[in-house]
Amino acid sequence: MATGTKRDTERLERVVIRFAGDSGDGMQLTGDRFTTSSALLGNDLSTFPDFPAEIRAPAGTLAGVSAFQVHIADRDILTPGDAPDVLVAMNPAALRANIGIVPAGATLIVNIDAFDDRSLAKAGYSGNPLTDSSLSAYTVYEVPMTSLTQEVCKEAGVKPRDAERSKNFFALGLISWLYTRPIEPTLEWITARFGSDNPVAEANTRAFRAGYHFGETAELFTSNYEVRAAPFEPGEYTQITGNQALAWGLLAAARLAGLSLFLGSYPITPASDILHELSRRKDFGVRTFQAEDEIAGVGSALGAAFGGSLGVTTTSGPGLDLKSETVGLAVNLELPLIVVDVQRGGPSTGLPTKAEQADLLHAMYGRHGEAPVPIVAPRTPAHCFEAAIEAVRLAVTYRTPVIVLSDGYLANGAEPWRLPDLSTIAPIDPAFASEPNHVDEDGTPTFLPYVRDPETLARPWAPPGVPGLEHRIGGLEKADLTGNVSYDPANHEAMVHWRANKIAGIAKVLPDVEVDHEDGAEVLVLGWGSTYGAITAGVRRVRGRGLKVAQAHLDFVNPFPLNLGEVLARYPKVLVPEVNLGQLSKLVRAEYLVDAHSLNKVQGVPFRAAEIEDAIVKLIGGTL
Amino acid sequence: MTAIPVTTRKDWTSDQEVRWCPGCGDYSILAAVQMLLPDLGVRRESTVFLSGIGCAARFPYYMNTYGMHSIHGRAPAIATGLATTRPDLDVWIVTGDGDALSIGGNHLIHALRRNVNMTILMFNNQIYGLTKGQYSPTSEISKVTKSTPFGSIDTPFNPISLAIGAEATFVARTHDMDRGHMQETFRRAHDHKGAAFVEVYQNCNVFNDGAFEKITSRDARASMLIPLVHGEPIRFGADLERGVVQRSDGHLEMVEVAEVGEGALVVHDEVREDPGLAFALSRLASGPHEPTPIGVFRAVEHPEYGEEMSRQIVRAQERAGAGDLEALLRSGSTWTIE
Ligand code: SF4
Repeated sequence: MATGTKRDTERLERVVIRFAGDSGDGMQLTGDRFTTSSALLGNDLSTFPDFPAEIRAPAGTLAGVSAFQVHIADRDILTPGDAPDVLVAMNPAALRANIGIVPAGATLIVNIDAFDDRSLAKAGYSGNPLTDSSLSAYTVYEVPMTSLTQEVCKEAGVKPRDAERSKNFFALGLISWLYTRPIEPTLEWITARFGSDNPVAEANTRAFRAGYHFGETAELFTSNYEVRAAPFEPGEYTQITGNQALAWGLLAAARLAGLSLFLGSYPITPASDILHELSRRKDFGVRTFQAEDEIAGVGSALGAAFGGSLGVTTTSGPGLDLKSETVGLAVNLELPLIVVDVQRGGPSTGLPTKAEQADLLHAMYGRHGEAPVPIVAPRTPAHCFEAAIEAVRLAVTYRTPVIVLSDGYLANGAEPWRLPDLSTIAPIDPAFASEPNHVDEDGTPTFLPYVRDPETLARPWAPPGVPGLEHRIGGLEKADLTGNVSYDPANHEAMVHWRANKIAGIAKVLPDVEVDHEDGAEVLVLGWGSTYGAITAGVRRVRGRGLKVAQAHLDFVNPFPLNLGEVLARYPKVLVPEVNLGQLSKLVRAEYLVDAHSLNKVQGVPFRAAEIEDAIVKLIGGTL
Repeated sequence: MTAIPVTTRKDWTSDQEVRWCPGCGDYSILAAVQMLLPDLGVRRESTVFLSGIGCAARFPYYMNTYGMHSIHGRAPAIATGLATTRPDLDVWIVTGDGDALSIGGNHLIHALRRNVNMTILMFNNQIYGLTKGQYSPTSEISKVTKSTPFGSIDTPFNPISLAIGAEATFVARTHDMDRGHMQETFRRAHDHKGAAFVEVYQNCNVFNDGAFEKITSRDARASMLIPLVHGEPIRFGADLERGVVQRSDGHLEMVEVAEVGEGALVVHDEVREDPGLAFALSRLASGPHEPTPIGVFRAVEHPEYGEEMSRQIVRAQERAGAGDLEALLRSGSTWTIE
C-alpha cells in the first residue's frame, strides 16, 4: 500500500457499521468479509444480515435494499448493536431505508455517483438529501465509489458495466482503511474465490485496493480508527453462523451416538443453509434427501429413524405446520426424531427473511391430542452447536421427537466461537434392542416394543434386522407393553400419561436454570432463545446505572428446568421479553401462577438493548 | 450370514386377529402375500411392511415382520427414508386408491420417479371403505356415494397411466380373484430393483361390491382380461381369438385375430425404454367393464435411488477420506488466543 499523509489513528472500544445497498450490490458479502477480517484481528463481534425476501427486487427501490450490520469491539459484546455509528449507503434507497435507525452524530459514507435525479426519485426523494440540510445532524462523506472503481478497472481491461459491480469492494477497502483492518485476508479470499486469472478477481482486487488507497490519500478523513482485540479466553476460535453451527452440531451428535445421519428436508428460508451444509458432508456419510414437500421431509426422517439412523428434518414456520401430523405420529411411535424450526415472521408466508419467536406455542401444542414434545432453544449463533447435540441426546435417550427452535436472527448472524474439545462431550447411547425382553406363558422368548425403561420411561428402539424382535407399530393407540392396537379406554388414558410423564421426567436430567443474581434485585428478566444477547446487554446497562436486576435464560423450554418455579418465586417482579406477543410468559403464568410482565416486539428485527433496559428500569420504578 | 430359514405361511402370520369385513378382497391378497414370502428367499427380520391409512393399511399388523402403520398417504415418504438408509431391507408398501392417489399422490409420484427400492401394492377398490363409502380418485364418473348423492363429477385417475407418467420403472396390474397371478406379479415386483408399482383390483364387498366382477369373475376372465406376456403377441379370449393391434396413428385397438392375422398383433415389450407402448396399453380399457390388460406393463432397469445416494458417499470418502470433524470445525478462518 502506498502511504499517504500520515493521519492519527484513534482508538475506539467499539463500533457498529451498517453496509446498505441494492440487493445486487453484494452488501452481504461486503459485511461478511469485514467481519472475517475483524474476527482475525481478535475483536468480539456480532452480525445482523438484514435482507429482503425477493432475490432481486427492482434495482434502486426501497424494497430492494439489503443491509448487513456488524458490531465489533475490544470487549465482550452480545448484540449487533442498537444503532449504527457508521452507515455506508451505496445508493439513495439504501440511505432512505436506513437513516431512520441512524442516530444523530453518526457518520454517513455515501456513494455520491448513485445520487442522480433518477435514483433519488426511485428512492422516493423529491430533492437531494445531500444538498438540502436534512442530513445536518450527521457527518457525511461523499465518495465517488462507482467512478473511481471504473477508473481503476479500466486498466485491467474490465468493461465499465462489469467494473461497476466491484464497487462494493471499493467500499470494503475504504472501511477497511478507516478501521485499520488487515487487507491480506480479503485479498487472499478474492483470489481463492474467483481464481487468480479471472478478470473478476482482478477487478475486485483493484477496487478493494483503490478504496483502501482512497481513504489513505484523500484528505477527506481526519483520522482513522482502531478497535483492538477483545480479551477472549485462551483457545482456538472461528467465526460461525447459527445455521452452520446447527449443521455441525448434528454431525457431532451423530458421531457421539454412533448413528448415521439422515436429513430429509424441503428448501425454505431461512433454514435451507443447514440442508446445503449437510449436503456437502457426504464424506461424513450423511444422507441428505431433498424431499418433494415438507411432509415428505419429516416422513423420510422418521422412516430413517425407524431404520436406526438419526433422522432429522429442518424447516421454518410454514413447514412446521405441515409436519405436525408426522410429529404426532413420532410421539405415538416413540422414535427419536429431530425437527429444527428456524423461525421467521408469521403467520403464513409472513416475513421469510426476518426473525420472530412466535412458533413457541406451536412447538408446544401444535398437534392434535395430548402430544408433548421437548423443546430446545439455542441462545446465540454458536450455541446452536451445543443445542443440536443436546436435542439429539434427549431424542435418542427418550425415544421422542424434539423440536429445536432457532430463528432467522441466529441462523444468519455470526459470532466468534471457541472451538470445543469434542472429547469432553459425553457420548450418546442409542441402546438398540438386541434380544427379546419378555418370556411368553409357554416359555417362548418374545419382544414387547412398549416395555419401558424404569428410569427414563423410554421404550426400546428396535430397528428391523434383528431376528426375534419383529414387531409392528403405528399411529393407532398402542396397548401398553405389546404395542398392539388397543381401543381400551383405560389403556388409552394410561398411555397418554406414560407419554406425558416421560417428557415431563426429562426435567430430572436438565441442568438447573442459572440465575445471574444481584443482591437486592427485585426484578428477574426471563428469556429464551435468541433474545439472550439483547437481554444480557440490557441488563448490563441497567446495572451500569447502579440499579439491581437479575437475569435467567432458558435453553430448554419444554420441560422447564426443575428449579424454575422456585427461581420465579424469589422475585417480586418478572419481565419476559419475547419477539412475539407473549408466549413464554403465558406458559410460566399457567405453570407457576406468576404475574409475569410481557415485553413484546414483533417487527421482524431483534430487540435493542436499550428497549430491554428501558423496560427493566420502568419495572423497577413501578411504571411498567 | 446364516442360511435363510425354511418358512411356511404360518411363520409370516402375526398373532393379530384380521379385522377386515367378511368377504373383503383384502383377505385373498393377504393370503397370497403370506404364502408367497416363504418362496422369495427373504428373511422375516429383513422384511418391512409399511402402510398409510385405510382398510388396506391394516395389512402390516397381520404380517409377522417388522412393520409400521403410519399416517394417511405418507407411507412412500417414510419408506424413502427407510429404504435409502437400510438397503439391506425389503420394503413393502400396502396402500389403497385413496391413500396412494388422493392424500398421498405427491409422495407416490416422487417415490416412483426417484426409483427408490420399494414394492408398492395398491389395492384399488374404487371407493373409500374405512370412512364408510365416499367416492375415491379412481371411482368412475357419476358414481353415487354418500358424499356424491347426485353422482361424482370428477374424472378418475387411471393408476397405471399415472405410474407410467411418473417415470415408474415397474408397473403391473393384478386382481384379488387369482392367487397365482397375484403371486407371480408380486414376485416380479419384489425382484425388481427400484420402485415397483402394482395395482391390485380389490373387491370392497360392503361399499362397492362387484366393481370388477365384469372382468374378474371366473366366467368373464378369459374374454375380459388381456394377459400381458413379455415377447408374446397380445391376445385374449377363450380361444385366444382376439388380439391387440396398433394403428398407424399409434393408438391400440382390439380386433379379431382372424381378421388381421397373427402377424399384425402387437408383441408385448415390457423392457422397452420408451414408455409409449406401456402407456397406450394402460389406455386400452377405460374401466373395468371392457377387456382390460393385466400383468406387467413396464419393467425397465434404471439406477436405484438409494444405491446412487450410497455411491456419492463412497466417492466422497474415496476422494477426501472419511469426514474429520476436528478438521471441519477448522475449515474456515481460525485464530488462536494464547
Ligand atoms: S370396507 Fe370394504 S375394503 Fe374395507 S374391509 Fe370392508 S370390504 Fe374390505
